[in-house]
Amino acid sequence: MQTSTVFLVLVALSFVGFLVGRKRSHAVAAGVGGMHLLHSLPKHYGYMAALWAGLPALLLLVLWMAFEARVVHNLVVAELPAQVQQLHHSELGLYYNQIVSYATGSSDATLLDENQLSAAEHYRELMSNSGLMKALLVCLVAIIGALLAVQRVSPALRARNHVENIFKWILFTCSFIAVLTTLGIVLSVLFEALRFFQSIPVTDFLFGLQWSPQMAIRIDQVAASGSFGFVPLLVGTLLISMVAMVIAVPVGLMSAIYLSEYASRQFRAVTKPLLEILAGVPTVVYGFFAALTVAPFIRELGESMGLTVASESALAAGLVMGIMIIPFVLSLSDDIINAVPDSMREASLGMGATMSETIRKVLLPAALPGIVGGILLAVSRAIGETMIVVMAAGLSAKLTANPLEAVTTITVQIVTLLVGDQEFDSPKTLAAFALGLVLFFVTLLLNIVALYVVRKYREQYE
Amino acid sequence: MNSIAVTADGIGEAGASSPEAGLDIHDHSDVKDYETVGEPFVEDPKMSARNVNVYYADKQAIMDVSLDIGKNEVIAMIGPSGCGKSTFLRTLNRMNDIIPICRVEGNINLEDQDIYRGDQDTVLLRARVGMVFQKPNPFPKSIYENVAYGPRIHGLAHSKAELDEIVEKSLRRASLFDEVKDALDKPGTGLSGGQQQRLCIARAIAVSPEVILMDEPCSALDPIATARIEELIDELKERYTIAIVTHSMQQAEVGDTKEVFTMPKHELTENYITGRFG
Repeated sequence: MQTSTVFLVLVALSFVGFLVGRKRSHAVAAGVGGMHLLHSLPKHYGYMAALWAGLPALLLLVLWMAFEARVVHNLVVAELPAQVQQLHHSELGLYYNQIVSYATGSSDATLLDENQLSAAEHYRELMSNSGLMKALLVCLVAIIGALLAVQRVSPALRARNHVENIFKWILFTCSFIAVLTTLGIVLSVLFEALRFFQSIPVTDFLFGLQWSPQMAIRIDQVAASGSFGFVPLLVGTLLISMVAMVIAVPVGLMSAIYLSEYASRQFRAVTKPLLEILAGVPTVVYGFFAALTVAPFIRELGESMGLTVASESALAAGLVMGIMIIPFVLSLSDDIINAVPDSMREASLGMGATMSETIRKVLLPAALPGIVGGILLAVSRAIGETMIVVMAAGLSAKLTANPLEAVTTITVQIVTLLVGDQEFDSPKTLAAFALGLVLFFVTLLLNIVALYVVRKYREQYE
Repeated sequence: MNSIAVTADGIGEAGASSPEAGLDIHDHSDVKDYETVGEPFVEDPKMSARNVNVYYADKQAIMDVSLDIGKNEVIAMIGPSGCGKSTFLRTLNRMNDIIPICRVEGNINLEDQDIYRGDQDTVLLRARVGMVFQKPNPFPKSIYENVAYGPRIHGLAHSKAELDEIVEKSLRRASLFDEVKDALDKPGTGLSGGQQQRLCIARAIAVSPEVILMDEPCSALDPIATARIEELIDELKERYTIAIVTHSMQQAEVGDTKEVFTMPKHELTENYITGRFG
């Protein structure tokens, strides 16, 4: 039976459990002389039966799916001839994959030997048995669970509290999964980065001023030995992000103030959705806008003033990135400024303060934590943004603070390191993980700084 | 000190509180079933309102109110919720300007100057006519900064020492100084409700207004804090003219005014005071 079918049957069984549980509670209530003598409402007994039916069975289904492939693998391999079992780990994997792809019908038998054909037969048999057993067991567990729950229905059973508890644990599990996933990503990046640091010293990476990740793939290949100093990338990232923020923060914040404090309702109703459209434009569109329109414009403008401007410049990428980020800053700041209670505005205006004094001295300080949060989110966007930089700022890792030159960023280098056919254990590709780790720490640092700023300067209103 | 109390009959649509008025108060906007009682007019008033009508979009909130506020007088306005007391108070320092749909007709003068004339600067007006709101609304700043806010904005102090002096004087007048003198740098929002409201009063008097408007200043406070504010209002009338909106009969009854309470001239007023509309 298909997993999706099993799942649907499980949902149906849970629903039946609900109905039976509810009915049972009515019956029990009639026995003792009225619904009010039961601890909980009928629906709570129903929910309890449904959860008891659904949850253990669902857990079993998930575990079954997680381990099915491995168990079947072991069983099939155990039946293979001894000399095949002696094969190297990766060769055995290949051999087994051929069996599976033949057994599932995605390849034909021409390349297979006798052993594989019989193993494929064995595999098919195991899989169909497993499917049947899975369906039967899951349904059995569901029915037993529901019966147990229905059995327990009595006036003293605190079904309401019971259901509440189960819901609490379901919510806890979900948040735990989110935390666990994050941890998993960080750890996997960390371990790959550690492998990178086995071949390239950490100090070279952190303090090196030269980035040219060219490694000889084969020993006899003629190539530069490669240098992995990430300082130019960091400087390029910060430079472009800074240009972007210089555009986005003042424009975004001030338009937010205008929208929330001065603009008429009609103007707001038209402007906000328009700006949200701006936020929805794919970054690749911004990218070619930057590369084809803004960058040439800046070069011509610069040259007419006698400056040397590279045809791909940090300024062009940063400008367009800033435009891209404006809606973020605006939307978040607008919400925050609107959340400042009107009593603050009245208090200030009632003192004879002007609108702009009220904004500067009361509204902005009160809204500061949220505004910093919004800006931080925007900075993270800017640092993580890749497409615009690839198209408009170039790939050359130059160590410069001049926004008119071509620079590159950490994310762009991660892309270029991993695009195309690469060996996944050369320092060149592993460098991407080291860069990822650094990126992670830079954002973490930003978060901590922002948290500190918010704590120090927040003016809390109720 | 002469104080008067004006009831709902004097302000706004008393028809709303009349049992005969039915459900839709606006049907009765042309029925003159109200009249002003108490002493609406005085000689040489601080502020005077003549034939004031206020509309929110096309709803009329105040009908044809004429009233004087005498110098160093506490005028208390009572009436059922929604009858327009707060609206009237807010027209006195043009706080209603903030509300785009609000429209004011008639004359309101502050010492013979029409405050709704074209070249009236609301900044200057609100410095002369300060306001204390229903819910204590200190800024999320320190106690000192709260009181110093107004003087700073209006450039009243030319040195730190002068500002310190203004802050201390204002806090003393609001009888809050002794409680907070060691905690001037603590946030104003950390005070108790009654202290917060006195802080708001201190903030309002820091710019030396001539008139202080108070919109149910005690409605969010417990009886003890209320008693302190009432005492304070009684002291403040030495220096300031005060207009107060209240739901408390005791507050309306400050000083020697008993007229409305002891012998209401209008049936509606009597009904309201004796609690038939409560």
